[in-house]
Amino acid sequence: MSTAFLSVERLSQRYPDGAGGQTTIFENASFGIEKGEFVVILGHSGCGKSTIMNILAGLAEATEGVVIMDGKEVSGPSLDRGVVFQNYSLLPWLSALKNVTFAVAARYPDWSKDQVLTHSKKHLEMVGLSADVFNRKPSQLSGGMRQRVSIARAFSISPKLLLLDEPFGALDALTRGTIQDELLKVWAGTNQTVFMITHDIDEAILLADRILLMTNGPFARVAESVEITIPRPRNRIEIVEHPNYYAIRNHLVQFLGKHSKELAGPTDAAENRPATVRIDKTAPAVRAPSRLAV
Amino acid sequence: MTDMSVNKRAAILSFILLFAGLLLWEAVIPGQKAAGELTEYERLTGGGAQKAGVPPPSQVLEKAWEQLSDPFYDAGPNDKGIGIQIGYSIYRVLAGYFLAALIAIPLGFLIGMSPVAYKALNPFIQVLRPISPLAWMPLALFIIQDSETSAIFVIFICSIWPMLINTAFGVAGVRKDWVNVARTHELGALRTAFMVILPAAAPTIVTGMRISIGIAWLVIVAAEMLVGGTGIGYYVWNEWNNLDLTSVIFSILMIGVVGMALDAMFGVLQRFVVYSE
Repeated sequence: MSTAFLSVERLSQRYPDGAGGQTTIFENASFGIEKGEFVVILGHSGCGKSTIMNILAGLAEATEGVVIMDGKEVSGPSLDRGVVFQNYSLLPWLSALKNVTFAVAARYPDWSKDQVLTHSKKHLEMVGLSADVFNRKPSQLSGGMRQRVSIARAFSISPKLLLLDEPFGALDALTRGTIQDELLKVWAGTNQTVFMITHDIDEAILLADRILLMTNGPFARVAESVEITIPRPRNRIEIVEHPNYYAIRNHLVQFLGKHSKELAGPTDAAENRPATVRIDKTAPAVRAPSRLAV
Repeated sequence: MTDMSVNKRAAILSFILLFAGLLLWEAVIPGQKAAGELTEYERLTGGGAQKAGVPPPSQVLEKAWEQLSDPFYDAGPNDKGIGIQIGYSIYRVLAGYFLAALIAIPLGFLIGMSPVAYKALNPFIQVLRPISPLAWMPLALFIIQDSETSAIFVIFICSIWPMLINTAFGVAGVRKDWVNVARTHELGALRTAFMVILPAAAPTIVTGMRISIGIAWLVIVAAEMLVGGTGIGYYVWNEWNNLDLTSVIFSILMIGVVGMALDAMFGVLQRFVVYSE
């Protein structure tokens, strides 16, 4: 039993395979997330990342296993867990501002209209949106601006856990870069716990405290937990100069390119906890790159 | 010509077509000769008798001016102004239509939300929907025993289906991501319905309402020809019995104008609820 802030215990997801049997997406996945931690999960399509996210959000139910957050079992969606989806998380008939105010009003039902409005505007400004776009509909905003609004909405309700499901997947590389910076800036000012899915290795290194690596499905599992030993505050330009950057990056590329396939398949273990990987070139004398099982 | 906007050019073309059409109509109606100019033979074969021909547009316009300058006169059961007749028709259409909306939209919501309700009610809808609304008329007259209410019932039954089907379709098709947004923000069932599902399905629902009002206006003319008494449908039939073709043509045009106005109202409503993703 883990004592982490968020603890995922022996989570399994199986679907009927249409031929009378069952397909196991992932099995006995167990991991924990500490309060204030930024955790990114990486893995190939079909390994069940999005399913794990939906289970954490309470939008889906696992076949087996439980998720415990802050001492309580997660069941059903809640304002304690904010979600930013890749697309369509804004309601297209509401303006950018109204998309935020409805969430704030849902979170703080006792607040006055003015309080809700001030709070919402503050968060929209925090993600770099100016007042002239507040009253635009999502269809009148660029993809990047839309995701800024989504992020503003997610932070405005200060959930205990923020879930980001490939939030920048649909954006072009340049826009993605600037929004990553915005996200880091907004996140740095809070003690927000974040769990994020991405396909982008560089994005993962830039944002994460820890990266969870998943093996390929079926029977996927969280195989490794890679610590990002690069101090904050980070920014996209300087981070590549850090001695640990390419070491970590190579490790991730190797895993996704090779190990994720080799390690795939069912295991006999009752509980699949990720092995912690710590790569730190800045202190080779103290601790060599090693794989420590926990 | 080239620096004119498309709208301007279209308007000019419309007017040219209108005048050319009216001119052609006026020209092809042979003028009736005065009795004095008739030959002996024509007089013997009845050529000089007052014969109702298709009136030329000038007469229709004259009639329109006469009718529209005093639309609300009431000179007994068989002689009422065009405004009164149209008023009766609109009243019946709106009464039947809103009763239908009152039932179709909540019921459509339910059907759209629940696959069980959809499957259970679908066979009934499929059988009842293709029935011509006028086929209900004898049954309605027998059961309701009141021609006025029967006409409203016929409007009700014909306008309920497009609204019901479109509402169910719109509600069932609401993007799951938006429902998830509602769920993750802990909106209750009622708030989800009004804040997410209704606005998301509104364009489809209003399209159904627009189809319904169009059908209702088509059906009221036929229904009023059957039930008689008042209304624009009755007026057309009554003028036919009077062999007053000028009034018949005038009222046909009025039916078109009112139908267009009703449709335009829903066009405005549609623009109001539409959104782009």
